Amino acid sequence: MNFLHDIGKYFLMIKISFSKSCKREILYKQIFKEINDLVLDSIQIVSILSFFIGGVVSIQMALSLENPLLSKTLIGYATRESVILEFAPTFISIIMAGKVGSYITSSIGTMRVTEQIDALEVMGINSLNYLVFPKIIAMLLYPFVITISMFLGIVGGLLAISLTGVPSEAYIQGIQMDFESYHVTYSYIKTLVFSFVLATVPSFHGYYMKGGALDVGKASTQSFYWTSIIIIILNYIITQLLLA
Amino acid sequence: MIEVKNILKSFENSDVLKEIETIFYRGKTNLIIGQSGSGKTVLLKCLLGLYEVDSGEIIYDGVSSKKMNSDEKLDISRQMGMVFQGSALFDSMNVLENVRFPLDMLTKIDENEKNSRAMKFIERVNLKDAINKLPSELSGGMQKRVAIARAIVMNPKYLFCDEPNSGLDPKTAIVIDQLIQEITKEYNITTIINSHDMNSVIEIGENIVFLKEGYKIWQGNNKEVLKSRNKEVEDFVYSSELLKKLRN
Repeated sequence: MNFLHDIGKYFLMIKISFSKSCKREILYKQIFKEINDLVLDSIQIVSILSFFIGGVVSIQMALSLENPLLSKTLIGYATRESVILEFAPTFISIIMAGKVGSYITSSIGTMRVTEQIDALEVMGINSLNYLVFPKIIAMLLYPFVITISMFLGIVGGLLAISLTGVPSEAYIQGIQMDFESYHVTYSYIKTLVFSFVLATVPSFHGYYMKGGALDVGKASTQSFYWTSIIIIILNYIITQLLLA
Repeated sequence: MIEVKNILKSFENSDVLKEIETIFYRGKTNLIIGQSGSGKTVLLKCLLGLYEVDSGEIIYDGVSSKKMNSDEKLDISRQMGMVFQGSALFDSMNVLENVRFPLDMLTKIDENEKNSRAMKFIERVNLKDAINKLPSELSGGMQKRVAIARAIVMNPKYLFCDEPNSGLDPKTAIVIDQLIQEITKEYNITTIINSHDMNSVIEIGENIVFLKEGYKIWQGNNKEVLKSRNKEVEDFVYSSELLKKLRN
């Protein structure tokens, strides 16, 4: 019953965060702040991870395709497909559930513990609109981060494969082979759904947390746990709907 | 003036406020006192509109909470200022931005007017030299003063303070109490303070409501509270053996 109650509370939170809007100029300021904190500050870690994981994926592909009868172009092809279909949108989103999710839960949770949210409510301000709505809007730029991840993942694969002695021309030929633009569309649809989850689920855990400083840490852990689970389940559902 | 008429509030079958009936006067420092768990905070939150009462009504200068629609409730809430126990200042904003915040959020006045109004109240709480400091760079007493300035910047009709001098040394606590009392007189506000600090009670208690286990047990002022023969009030006011001996 608690679980169903929380689901209802989550959707109500989203509804309230879109209603009784604060002043536009305040929201613009908040949105730009959130773009900086949630999106731009994530680019560095995403770039490093994507570059090296792309490299690892291509090396593993090369290892699996040692048979001389198999074309080396398959390494590039398989790396591209892995990065675009799964690694960039899903794997990076789970990492973001840790980075962005913990930041959101702990910042809102701390505001709850120190009565800053009560202060907003007493002033007659819709605290959900002020705190959660700008995060949802800022995360609409999350596909930009995933684009960087896709690009760097493939480039990382190219550099790693060059070092193993496989001709880079074969890899480049492979990444252009049988290109399905629909796969990119599918990937961006997933990314947009995940960006909404990444903004709202951690906000829910922070906003409705109870207790003190220690509970902020617990709420962050819970937030990561649930955000990851929701992303994995939605990943399956979207894949089933769009690719099966 | 706020009139409380026979209010009842319970949480999960546990009655926290029972048949509370009282008046909080305008231009006076009204104190709600009582032991921990007596219902002080719940009463304050009901008055603030953060909790809905189960029965009874709260009348704000003749307007009953029962008859208010959501817009009227919002209107009343914008006439309220609140000083929280932990000050509740916004960490990422400096003193000026914290005090200006309600003006930024709720008014359409121009930037210069906002700044001059915020500065007026910052000067009133003697923090002119700290306008660029962040809350983390301020002492507890200074944080409380910023919270007071932020609470009154919108010229509220009602000022609520939840244990405003908790965590402060006795001397700073008295300074904060006196500042609240001065502001109450100066702006003719209905001020309601939630406290269990006897220094505050004696210093600024012009109208004191004593709660015990959710009931209003006694009401009077700071002179009467010291002479009261009510057993519960006596136990609260003269809680230590030393004070009991001094009284006798």
